[in-house]
Amino acid sequence: MEKLLEEFSLGLFFWQTLLFVGLLFLLAKYAWKPILSAVEERENTIKDSLEAAEKAKADMEAVQADNKRILKEARAERDALLAEAKKTSTQIVNDAKEAAQTEADKIAAAAQAAIQQEKNAAINDLKAQVAGLSVDIAQKVLQGELADQKKQEQLVEKLVKDIEIK
Amino acid sequence: MKRKSTILINAKKSVALLAILFVGFAFANNKEDAKEGDLKTEIKEYIAHHLLDSYDFSLFSYTNAQGEHVYIGAPLPIILWDNGLKLFSSSKFHHGETVAAVDGNHYALYHNKIYKTDAAGTINYDESHHPTNVKPLDFSITKSVVSMMLVFAIMFFLFKSLAASYAKNGGIAAGAGRFFEPIVLYIRDDIALPNIGEKKHKKYMSFLLTIFFFIWFLNILGLTPLGVNVTGNIAVTFGLALLTFLITNLTGTKDYWLHIFDPLGSTMAWYAKVPLYIILIPIEVLGIFIKPFSLLIRLYANMQAGHIVLMSLIGLMFIFKSWLGSPLSFGLAFAISLIEVLVALLQAYIFTMLSALYFGFAAVEHEHH
Repeated sequence: MEKLLEEFSLGLFFWQTLLFVGLLFLLAKYAWKPILSAVEERENTIKDSLEAAEKAKADMEAVQADNKRILKEARAERDALLAEAKKTSTQIVNDAKEAAQTEADKIAAAAQAAIQQEKNAAINDLKAQVAGLSVDIAQKVLQGELADQKKQEQLVEKLVKDIEIK
Repeated sequence: MKRKSTILINAKKSVALLAILFVGFAFANNKEDAKEGDLKTEIKEYIAHHLLDSYDFSLFSYTNAQGEHVYIGAPLPIILWDNGLKLFSSSKFHHGETVAAVDGNHYALYHNKIYKTDAAGTINYDESHHPTNVKPLDFSITKSVVSMMLVFAIMFFLFKSLAASYAKNGGIAAGAGRFFEPIVLYIRDDIALPNIGEKKHKKYMSFLLTIFFFIWFLNILGLTPLGVNVTGNIAVTFGLALLTFLITNLTGTKDYWLHIFDPLGSTMAWYAKVPLYIILIPIEVLGIFIKPFSLLIRLYANMQAGHIVLMSLIGLMFIFKSWLGSPLSFGLAFAISLIEVLVALLQAYIFTMLSALYFGFAAVEHEHH
């Protein structure tokens, strides 16, 4: 301890303290503060960049998930549309078929009715003509036959016998 | 007689320093035909001399053909306060060989201290062989002061250029700063932050960084052949520890002082605390001083011991003077120097770490429940 005290030099202590404190203030102003703030700024930049990258990645994933979902929805919608269309087309075809059938039936019925009517008209016409012809023939025959009375009476008798109303 | 041994010490100093520089040539320089006993004493004295501060920056010296001592180095300014400022060159002492006459006063060097003497340079002693001459107030620029100025300049330009490189290089350190930036970050992240905490560490960063690099650079400088032993000087370590002490106590929070004067807090009734505090408070108060004191002694003793071991091993080379012993002690000295490089860093780290720890105590703020 005595040796230590003897070794102690006030002058050296004075210079040491002066130099160190001087250095402390100079470095604090011109070195440590700029260095630490530059490093801190850099660290913040790195941290922010990493965060931004992480966020971008998350966003990207969200977008991709969205895309996938939208695609899936679109597919489902397409399938639904297709099914709907198929159903509708079948419906239309069926309806058309039905309508056609009805129409055809109707036409056929109308045709039949017309035919029937024509037939009836034809029959009536024929009947009328046959009646006229018959009258004509009868007139002519009668004119020939009925030259004498007797014959006329025989004929009438015979005709009346023959006539058979259908 | 005393003076003559100082001369021999200086001669030996040159030899040992040369040994560090040019080991191969060391033997050729060691031409003194001293007896082995003398040699051992001289080596011991030389080591003791080296550990002390010096008034001139001598690199090495030798004895020329005419038997004169030639010193290679530079004299440094002596600044004394002895009824007025006395400023003169240390060359006036001729490495302790002569008395310096300044303005009618005479000063002589004795054991690396300046004493006021008469013209003949007489030193008077008391019974326990301590000089009784007047010691003038000594503010000389000694070898240690020059070394510190050198470290001052190195650190200022190094870290200023590191700070400037960020702006020039887009936020990334350039040049030598690339090596030092991780160390700066280490001190922030692994010394300041865990010990002081996120909130208050910024206040102490400048001191921690400056003291770490200051001690480290001085320690490393002490391992160079310049042969300075600054951090192994009690005045220097005292100065550094004093700053830690002052900063710790001047920035101490209410909780810090509460911890010292009321360590048990509200866990106990006051009448139970009184007998405990008679013992506890003196211990806590003593702790305020012991903590920085341990810092100054630890750094001083470690650097001092390192220099003693290293120089003793170098000295062994001249004692063995054999083809087996000298290379062996050289190898040992080499190994120890490598360890000393590690110790230089380690001591700087420990000083900084413990300072941060003490600042952490001072900056503490408890949640009050």
